[in-house]
Amino acid sequence: MQVSDPPALSAKGLACRRGDRLLFRQLSFDLGAGDALHITGANGTGKTTLIRALAGLTTPFAGEVACEGALGLVDERPALDPDQPLGKALDFWLRIEACQNASGTLRELGLEALLEVPVRYLSTGQRKRASLAVLISRAVPIWLLDEPLSGLDVAAIDNVTSIIQRHVEGGGLALIASHQPLAIEGLKKLELSDYTPGDGPA
Amino acid sequence: MISNLLKRDLSRFFPFAGGGAALPVVFFVAVAMLYPFAVGPDANILARTGGGVVWIAALLAAILPLEKLVAQDIELGVFDQLRLRGATEEMMMAVRLLAHWLSFGPPLILATFPASALLGLNMASLHLLLLGLLAGTPGLAAIGVMIASLTASLRAGAALSGLMLIPLSLPIMIFGAGALARQDPASIGFVAAISLLLVAIAPFAAGAAIRAAREV
Repeated sequence: MQVSDPPALSAKGLACRRGDRLLFRQLSFDLGAGDALHITGANGTGKTTLIRALAGLTTPFAGEVACEGALGLVDERPALDPDQPLGKALDFWLRIEACQNASGTLRELGLEALLEVPVRYLSTGQRKRASLAVLISRAVPIWLLDEPLSGLDVAAIDNVTSIIQRHVEGGGLALIASHQPLAIEGLKKLELSDYTPGDGPA
Repeated sequence: MISNLLKRDLSRFFPFAGGGAALPVVFFVAVAMLYPFAVGPDANILARTGGGVVWIAALLAAILPLEKLVAQDIELGVFDQLRLRGATEEMMMAVRLLAHWLSFGPPLILATFPASALLGLNMASLHLLLLGLLAGTPGLAAIGVMIASLTASLRAGAALSGLMLIPLSLPIMIFGAGALARQDPASIGFVAAISLLLVAIAPFAAGAAIRAAREV
């Protein structure tokens, strides 16, 4: 990983809404190189909304997001063409940004045997692993992971956790929204329902 | 990045490229083939109305692939991932517009030769038709990309697309088919001007629509 400037991601007084409903407010945090933040919260508390706002894809209702360094996102949508074989679909993303050789990553995530299989035949876990592989080969310092472990088997969970750990130890920054517990050293936690507006999270 | 995007878009939309997108051309030829059966073999009527039918067939062929033009990539998160890699929505849509036109414009223009033979159009009409389609199809592609992005996040998008298409495509129809009725190439200049305007607006309108779809 080539990190020129230390990455940083911070939120100040962030509030987001979905439709008419205010999901959370007054959310602030400050992350730097080597930080990992685990976002928890019941369904519908706004984990995905938060991640999309942090990624700059949506404008928050109030507050500010400051981000230094390139940003990579993995969410429930793999962004891989369903009709293409996995190898070709991955190739598109690897060619768009001259990426480092991804074969090591593919082997580590157990995708090598699947490269000829059309994406629509892959299972949820396999697709998730494929989109993680794209993220890893991009070598960006900031990782935003929305449910990175959902659909993964036990071995793959260990695998992905250690990949995140390695990324963080190498000076990266990771923000993970997940219902599963994460075995990552030095993990900070943020419970999103602490920030739901006073009239209850209903 | 642009060439990679164009390659991907073309591989998804180009006829016979594996995406099964030959439909517009087949549809276009089928209309030309069936029309003489529907109105009867009177050569005069065919020659007088055939050009207009070709225009309508071209318009409908252009909107056949609309549903998969934009909505699928929003669902897959492709536009979001491209945005995180520094691409602007306007650029993505400009590339998509080019790919959409390449995938139906030139094939339709080629298919005009057999179509005009089936309809018994004379040489002068064929010329006007080819020139008109060359000038008009980029505009039809631009309308298609705009409508597809505006309706991508709506549930009844397909039905709405048809309704939105009618007023937007009227100017091209009037001047494009009008050139045939009056056997006068002058109004093809209008078609080209309208096309140019639509092509210039489309990436911005479609890009804004995609950004707006994220906020839903």
